[in-house]
Amino acid sequence: MDYFLQQLINGVTLGSIYGLIAIGYTMVYGIIGMINFAHGDIFMVGAFVALILIVTLGLSAATPVFLLIFALILVLVLAMALTAVWGWTVERVAYRPLRGSFRLAPLITAIGASITLQNFVQISQGARNKPLQPLISGGFQLTDGGPDGTGFVVQLSYMQIIIIVTTIALMAGFTFLINKTSLGRSQRACEQDRKMAALLGVNVDRTISLTFVMGAALAAVAGLMFLLYYGVIDFFIGFLAGVKAFTAAVLGGIGSLPGAMLGGLLIGLIETFWSGYFSVEYKDVAAFSILAIVLIFMPEGLLGKPEVEKV
Amino acid sequence: MKKQKDTLMVASLKDAVGGAVIALLMALVMVGMKVDVASGRGAELFIEDRWAAVAMAVAIVFVGRFVLNLFYWKKEDTEKPRLGSLLPSVSSFSGLGRFATPVLLALAVILPFLLMYWLGSRGSRQYIDLAILVLTYVMLGWGLNIVVGLAGLLDLGYVAFYAVGAYSYALLAHYFGFSFWLCLPLAGILAAFWGIILGFPVLRLRGDYLAIVTLAFGEIIRVVLLNWYEFTGGPDGLSGIPRPSFFGLEFTRGEGGFADFFGLKYSSIHRIIFLYYLILIMALVTNIVTNRLRRLPIGRAWEALREDEIACRSLGINTTNTKLTAFALGAMFGGFAGSFFATRQGFISPESFTFMESAVILAIVVLGGLGSQVGVVIASVVMIGGFEFFREFEEYRMLVFGLLMVVIMVWKPRGLISSRTPSIALSKNAKGISADLVQEGTG
Repeated sequence: MDYFLQQLINGVTLGSIYGLIAIGYTMVYGIIGMINFAHGDIFMVGAFVALILIVTLGLSAATPVFLLIFALILVLVLAMALTAVWGWTVERVAYRPLRGSFRLAPLITAIGASITLQNFVQISQGARNKPLQPLISGGFQLTDGGPDGTGFVVQLSYMQIIIIVTTIALMAGFTFLINKTSLGRSQRACEQDRKMAALLGVNVDRTISLTFVMGAALAAVAGLMFLLYYGVIDFFIGFLAGVKAFTAAVLGGIGSLPGAMLGGLLIGLIETFWSGYFSVEYKDVAAFSILAIVLIFMPEGLLGKPEVEKV
Repeated sequence: MKKQKDTLMVASLKDAVGGAVIALLMALVMVGMKVDVASGRGAELFIEDRWAAVAMAVAIVFVGRFVLNLFYWKKEDTEKPRLGSLLPSVSSFSGLGRFATPVLLALAVILPFLLMYWLGSRGSRQYIDLAILVLTYVMLGWGLNIVVGLAGLLDLGYVAFYAVGAYSYALLAHYFGFSFWLCLPLAGILAAFWGIILGFPVLRLRGDYLAIVTLAFGEIIRVVLLNWYEFTGGPDGLSGIPRPSFFGLEFTRGEGGFADFFGLKYSSIHRIIFLYYLILIMALVTNIVTNRLRRLPIGRAWEALREDEIACRSLGINTTNTKLTAFALGAMFGGFAGSFFATRQGFISPESFTFMESAVILAIVVLGGLGSQVGVVIASVVMIGGFEFFREFEEYRMLVFGLLMVVIMVWKPRGLISSRTPSIALSKNAKGISADLVQEGTG
C-alpha cells in the first residue's frame, strides 16, 4: 500500500510534466491540424535555457530560501520568454511558408526542425550529460516505515509539490486564457474554421504564432521542472518526452486542453506503475502500446470530440 | 520614385532589425553561453561564454535579411517573403526523369569497373562501399515509396521492417545455420508479415495518427531488440553473420573459392563488387515490381487512395485491403534490404535501427518527390553521398541535414521531381503534370 502510494505520487509528478508538454501538441494540432514534431525539442531547449540561467545566477542548495524562490521564478519567466522565441521562429521558418500546402509537407519540415534543434544543441552545448546539483531537497514523510522502522517510507518531496502546484496554477491560467480572453476566442475560432475566422477579421497568422508561443512557453516550464526533478539533461531528452507527451495528448483527446492534462497524468501513472511493478526496461514499450491501443479503439481519445469526415 | 526607394530601404531595415533582435534573443543563451561540467571540481557546472559567435549570428541574420529584402523580396508583397522566390524555378526537373533513367542505369552497371579502372582495386574500395550504401538507401527509398509515395500512408517506423529483415537473417543464420539465399525470401516474408500484423489494426487511422503509431512501433521493436538479451544479444548485437556466396562459391582465398573457380587472382574486392551487384539487382527488382504494380488495378487503387480516400470508398475500393497490401509490400522490400544490410555488415545491433534512420529514408522519399522513382535515386545520391563526402564535419552533418529538409521542403513542397505521370492513359502522348496541380485529399 505504501509502495503504491509512493508510485502514485511519483506518477502524478511525472504526469504533470508530460501534461505541460502535451498542451503544446494539443493546441497546435487543434488549430492547424499538424503534429508539431519539433515540440519535444523545444522542451529540450527550454530545459537548457533554464539550466544556463540557473548556473549564471549561481544558484545552489546553499542559497537562502526566499532568494532561491525569487530567483527560480525569475528563471522560469526568462526561460519561458526565451523558449517562446524559439517556438515562434520554428513556426515562422518551417511551418508558415507551407500553410495550405499538402499535408505531409509540414510534417517533414517538422521532423527537419526537430533534427536541426537536436544537433544545434548538441554542437552548441556539447553532447555530454549536464548534471545539476539538487537545488531543492527535503520533503514530508507521509509514513514512518512502521513501528519497527523496516517498512516503506513514503516521501512527498518539496520539488514534487512545487511541480504539481505550478502545473495546476498554469492549467488554471491557460483555461482562463482560452475560455475568456479575446486571444482564446480567436484561437477557438481558428480551430473551428480557419477560413471563416479570417473572413470575420481574426488575424489567423498571428493567432497561430501565438499558439506556438504559448506552447513553447509551457514546454519551457516543463523543461525547468524536468531539470529540477531529475537533475540531469542532455540534448536528446526531447525525443522521448515529446513522443510520450504526444501520446498523452492523443490519449486525452487531441485538441482538448483538459484532455491533454488528463492524458499526461495517465501516461505518467502508467509509466511509473509499470516500472514500479513490472520492468523498468519496457516502460517505453508500455507507453507506446497504450498509444496504439487508444488510437485503435478510441481514436478520438478520452475527452475529444469525434471527428466528422467531410468530402 | 525616390520616395519609394526610401520606403523599401526603411522597410528592409526595419525587417532586418526585427530579425536581428529575434536572432539575438535566440542566440544569447543557447549560443552565447555554453554550460559545461568542470573537470577536477566534481560535477560542478560552469559557463563558458562565446559572445563573438552571438555577434556573428546576429550580424549574419541582419545582413542576410536586409539584402534579401532589398533585392529579392521587393517585388512581392513584403508580408510574405518566401524562400521559393530565392531560388531558381526548376520545373525543368520534371522532364529529367525520362532522360536520366537510362543514363543512371548504365552508369550504375559499369560503375565498379569504372572506379577500378581509375583508382585501382585498393583505391576504389571505399567508393564502391559508398555506392553500396547509396544503393541500399535507394532500395529502402523505393520500398517506402510504395507506402508513402503511392498509397499516401505516412510511415515513420519503416526502419522497423529493415530491422526485422536484418535480425531475421542474423538470427536464422545464428540458430539454424541457414544461408543468405534461403534467408533472403524468408526475411522478406517475415517483414511483410509484421507489416500485416501492424497494419491490420492501425490502417483505419488517419494520416498523422498513423505516422505516430508507426513511429511508436518502430521504437517498440528497437527497445525489444535492445532488452531481449538472451535472444538478440541486446546492445551487443549479433556478430559473425555469414557472408553470401555466389552460387555456392564462397569469396575465400584458396581452393574452391570464387577467385579459384574463375581462375582469378584472389582479391577482397571481389566480394565488394559482388555485393554491389547484389544490391543493384535487388533495388532494380524493387523498382520493376513497383512499376508493374502501378499498372495493375491494385496499384491504381493505391494512387487513387492517396488522392482521395473518401472517393475511393464510395467507388467500392476496399481501402483496408488496399492499404494493407501497400504496407506489406513496402515492409517486404524493407526486409530484403535489411537482410542485405546484415550480410554486408556481418554485424548488427539495435543502434542501426533508430528513428533517425526512418527519418533519413522518409526524407529521401519526400525530398526526391513523392511517388517518383528517379527522385529517390537523386535524393539518395545527393544526401547519402553528400553525407559521406562531408565526413570530416561529422558533427555538423546532421545539423545541415535537418536544415536541408526544411529548406528543400519550403522551396519545393512536392519534392525535387514532382511530376505525376498517369498510370494509364488513352493516348500514347499523355504527359506528366506537376503535382501542384493535383489536389491531395486529407483522408
